Amino acid sequence: MSTKHEAKADLDTRPWTGPTRHYDILKEGAIALVIVTVLTVGLAALFSSPDDAQLTFKGWAQSSPDTMYTAAVSELAGSSESAGYGPPYNNNSDGLSVGPIALQKWAGVTHPFDAAQDLVIAPLESQQQPADVAAALATWKAATADQQAAWAEAYDTALADAEGDAAKAAEGDYGPVPALATGLVAMGASGAYDGAILSRGSFFTTDYTKQLLFMGDGGYMEDKAVAANLGGDTWGMMNEAGSWPGQSWLAFASVWYQLPMFNTEGNVLTDNADAIIFFILVVLCLIMILVPFIPGLRSLPRWIPLHRLVWKQYYKENGRA
Amino acid sequence: MSADSSATGTDSMTVSGSVSTAGSISVMTEDAPTTWTGSLRHKWMRTLPPDKMLPERQPAYVTSWIYVFGMATIVSLILVLGSGAILTLGGVEWFHTSSLGRFVNSLHFWSVQLFFLFMIVHLWGKFWMAAWRGKRAMTWMTGAVAFLASVGTAFTGYVITTNFNAQWIAFESKDVMNAVGLGAIFNVADLGQMILLHVCLLPAGLGLIVIMHVLLVRKHGVVPPLEALDPDAQKAQVA
Ligand code: HEM
Repeated sequence: MSTKHEAKADLDTRPWTGPTRHYDILKEGAIALVIVTVLTVGLAALFSSPDDAQLTFKGWAQSSPDTMYTAAVSELAGSSESAGYGPPYNNNSDGLSVGPIALQKWAGVTHPFDAAQDLVIAPLESQQQPADVAAALATWKAATADQQAAWAEAYDTALADAEGDAAKAAEGDYGPVPALATGLVAMGASGAYDGAILSRGSFFTTDYTKQLLFMGDGGYMEDKAVAANLGGDTWGMMNEAGSWPGQSWLAFASVWYQLPMFNTEGNVLTDNADAIIFFILVVLCLIMILVPFIPGLRSLPRWIPLHRLVWKQYYKENGRA
Repeated sequence: MSADSSATGTDSMTVSGSVSTAGSISVMTEDAPTTWTGSLRHKWMRTLPPDKMLPERQPAYVTSWIYVFGMATIVSLILVLGSGAILTLGGVEWFHTSSLGRFVNSLHFWSVQLFFLFMIVHLWGKFWMAAWRGKRAMTWMTGAVAFLASVGTAFTGYVITTNFNAQWIAFESKDVMNAVGLGAIFNVADLGQMILLHVCLLPAGLGLIVIMHVLLVRKHGVVPPLEALDPDAQKAQVA
């Protein structure tokens, strides 16, 4: 038994001494190039490619001013997703971890970001504002941090109770917060906000972190994504807007997000899903790379002999062990 | 075409100028290289002589359609690189406004889809053929790394399309990157960094891995079938 095995291993290793056949690799490549080029040009001409227009703050403020208004208040109150994000943007939470392994926290704040200042106050300050907004800005800046938080949090809660409808929000001491949010939405609707958040006093920029964080806070972007079937719990990671094929090769990653334990609100596993699934994927990738060395896995092709289809003709002509 | 003939090929290439009559032993001693350059050539010629690199015959078992998919992966990768090069000339916003740009973008998009399709068929084919046998583990491993590098390259491609899809994919994926601390280095919302990764670093890395992969395939020759009978034993039996 063992000698037969050794002989076989040797056969795999040493240069082939059995029958050969004529084979023109370059010709095969040239033919393949022509066929795949025709296929690609055909598919491109027939089906084009996806290109849904980017979202802008102007579009957001004009089509859904209420959600932008509540998002602005939540930035001031520190209750938005980005305000409480944690590293690498701020220290307002620890971020995700897998047991004691808190890579997100350990990596630290490398892209510092202050939601209230960066998304609301600084853009408003960057422009000449109407008198009421200018006055509100002055009041805000003169107030202590505690006072600012008290105003913004009270209004944030009132808005939440009124389901985001400012007209139905209960009366209260909200200081300059409503005027600031109104000013921000007005800036958005005019298109000025898109410019203000982009330039921030510098000439060049290629970093869109702040825009992306604000755009994600109000629910506006997510609604568009879910409507386009791009939500994370509906295989969104590998879908594409419209009916184009997406990143189907991400199925090995996307599948985990479909499991209830990784998409049930309030579950520890779900809260840390991104980190846990990442580690699962690292292990899977290592397994894939190391297949030739993993007992059992590397023997699967012997146990399920699909190779007999591949080499059917050869076995027919030359026999099979 | 056997081991013998390829060894002869090595000799005739290595013995530059002088005519060797004594066979491979004399080559080793006579021509023992004294420079780094010479050693490299010597080693190269021993592991990958031209007739091993560009053979005109293959073992008789190389007949299945499954063998075409490696080559199909290479040519679709060439199309990906070519269409990407033209897109690079136009810049990342070109295809929003130009119909030519849109067409080139579509070529890039569909060649990527074909590339992955061919690569995944190739991967499963090689798995069921247990093609890592006989010291070919490195071939499998470079292939697997090529797959993962391709996934990363495609991902950075999606976040630089400067459209809704790019916004959404960046927004979602930043959480994954941040969750494991990678966001500190790779910021998916930094368009400049993503463009450089997608157009420069990742394709260069992928190209190198693919070249290694293909050279390894040539070096080892195509793996014999599982359950193949030993041709030498068969010949001996006939004789
Ligand atoms: C960029 C992606 C890839 C390219 C361009 C590529 C190209 C090729 C080519 C041209 C061959 C020889 C012809 C053939 O047998 O099909 C080959 C062989 C091989 N490939 Fe790939 N490949 C890629 C990815 C992969 C992946 C993802 C794997 C597996 C994880 C893999 C595993 C192998 C193995 C084990 C062989 C040796 C086959 C043998 O000796 O019979 N390759 N590859």
